[in-house]
Amino acid sequence: MGGYILRRLLQAIPVFFGTTFLIYFMVFAMPGDPIIAMFGDKTPNPALVAQLRAQYHLDQPFIVQYFIYIGGIFRGDFGISYSGVPVGDILLRTFPVTLKLAVIALFFETVFGILVGLISGLRKGKLFDASSLVISLILISLPIFVIAFVGQYVFGVQLGWARTTVGPGAPVGDLILPALVLASISFAQIVRLTRSSVIETSSLDFVRTAYSKGLSRNRIVPVHILRNSLIPVVTYLATDFGVLLVGATVTEGIFNVPGVGNTLYQAIIRSEGPTVVSFVTVMVLLYLVVNLIVDLLYGLLDPRIRYVK
Amino acid sequence: MSNDLTERTVDEATPPSANHFVAPLEETPLLAIDVVKVADKPSNLWIDAWRDARRRPIFWISGFFIVLVCVVALFPGLFTNVAPNNDCQLINSNGGPTAGHILGFTKQGCDVYSRIINGTSTSLAVGIIVIVLTTVLGIVFGAFAGFYGGAVDGFLSRIGDIFFSIPYILAAVVIMSVLVNYRSVWTISLAIGIFAWPATARVLRAEILRVKNSDFVMASEALGVSSLRILMRHVLPNSIAPVIAITTISLAGAIVAEATLSFLGVGLGSSIMSWGNDINQAQKDLRTNPQTLIYPSLALSLTVFAFILMGEVIRDALDPKARALR
Repeated sequence: MGGYILRRLLQAIPVFFGTTFLIYFMVFAMPGDPIIAMFGDKTPNPALVAQLRAQYHLDQPFIVQYFIYIGGIFRGDFGISYSGVPVGDILLRTFPVTLKLAVIALFFETVFGILVGLISGLRKGKLFDASSLVISLILISLPIFVIAFVGQYVFGVQLGWARTTVGPGAPVGDLILPALVLASISFAQIVRLTRSSVIETSSLDFVRTAYSKGLSRNRIVPVHILRNSLIPVVTYLATDFGVLLVGATVTEGIFNVPGVGNTLYQAIIRSEGPTVVSFVTVMVLLYLVVNLIVDLLYGLLDPRIRYVK
Repeated sequence: MSNDLTERTVDEATPPSANHFVAPLEETPLLAIDVVKVADKPSNLWIDAWRDARRRPIFWISGFFIVLVCVVALFPGLFTNVAPNNDCQLINSNGGPTAGHILGFTKQGCDVYSRIINGTSTSLAVGIIVIVLTTVLGIVFGAFAGFYGGAVDGFLSRIGDIFFSIPYILAAVVIMSVLVNYRSVWTISLAIGIFAWPATARVLRAEILRVKNSDFVMASEALGVSSLRILMRHVLPNSIAPVIAITTISLAGAIVAEATLSFLGVGLGSSIMSWGNDINQAQKDLRTNPQTLIYPSLALSLTVFAFILMGEVIRDALDPKARALR
């Protein structure tokens, strides 16, 4: 296990430097001068331009700038937003809201996704299976902003069951509709994954053995079939975190949830380039960390993984 | 693959009963006699897949819709003669359906139906450019990583990991926010494609790792065929099926990505007609005028749905294991 953790951590290092470098490169190798752009239409004062260049280390070579930036990240300094507030402070304020939204969404998608997938898998080819298959395909096809608008229009405007935008402090009750929207796409994926995994596991020898030992179905389904079918679902949840981050940007924007995604959404809409980059970087780093943790957990859950190169 | 074996087992000219005692037919079900038609055209994965796909109604329904979308994209003039931008009259702003304008008007007083018809080519073009890009990059990286293994694999796979670690819509958001003045179908497709290829590369790499241990690869090696030629002539053609299987679904993903970016306002410039742009414009009037939002969303969702259904059929047809799950 120790070797596996070490190998996985070593693999994460080039990926960390690679991703941050790539984002940094994308922004700074592109046309346009950020300092001149700060002045808009006005002709800038050369002395002020030079001072700003020095302040933002823009007079240094590209690679030096990159390492200054990486050093900042390690000290928790993610840069300053357009309005002059440190990105780190905004993160501290908005992250709990996004976490609350993500936890509710994860709850919905895993609990209902696994349940529906399990029933579909056990009743392969029956009506329940067929209809859940069609519904999950439709959900996968609908872009998240379409689902968000339909949800907002039907439940918020027409039926009045939920508020169309989230109130101050983001109470849990207000977050249920956005969370359901956020959960919808991954829900469909989890249903499909669980279903195929359950069908595969059900035909394995140990399940037949369990039946022939005379175990009851009530024990075989949760203990033998379900537990062994969940490995691909756990793996999916790691990649799904990326979907969740993108989804949160759109959902939080539409429902006005005061979270990390909404801050990014607002920054994109107002074309505040530097803020967009800082937040995307933060999200990518989060994604990396979550994937690393899930991979480590995965090695813990399934001993076979540790030995595969 | 196994056809070569079955073809040679028994010759049609000598029935099994000629040399041995064989129980009368009433006692043995016909299954036991395996006379193979040697003259039959040999089947392969692609013919099998086609036979499987064409039996499914979903294939024909989604296929019809995809052909329709392509025709609309290529010849929008066949479906509408209302100019999508020039005939806009503010007097019609957010107006309901009238004769000749069946889906009503946008806030700017443009014809909703005409804008949907004329926006089709944008979505389709982005989808096609992205899958060409991801397939080419995915094949190059996946094939070399899987086939050569070792340090080459380590290097190429780490590059793939780096690109895979940035969710491609987020990456495209950064690229498109930087390219404010260069927003076009080409740049948005590049922005999506450059970060979407590792998924293809991973699929191909896994398949090549499986195929390269086959006997026919060893036979080619024994015959002294160069490794690049083995890869191109023997390994790649036999491992390409899973890549083809995911392209249709990736195409749907690319269309959604373009619409999402345009919806966020970092996609195509407002001068380019796209469903995502129209949805972005219409969202402010959700309460008062939902139809300007619903129709482009419907066009987008139906198109994506058709491609996803087709992708499912193709994947099932090319993957015998997936067939068993049906």
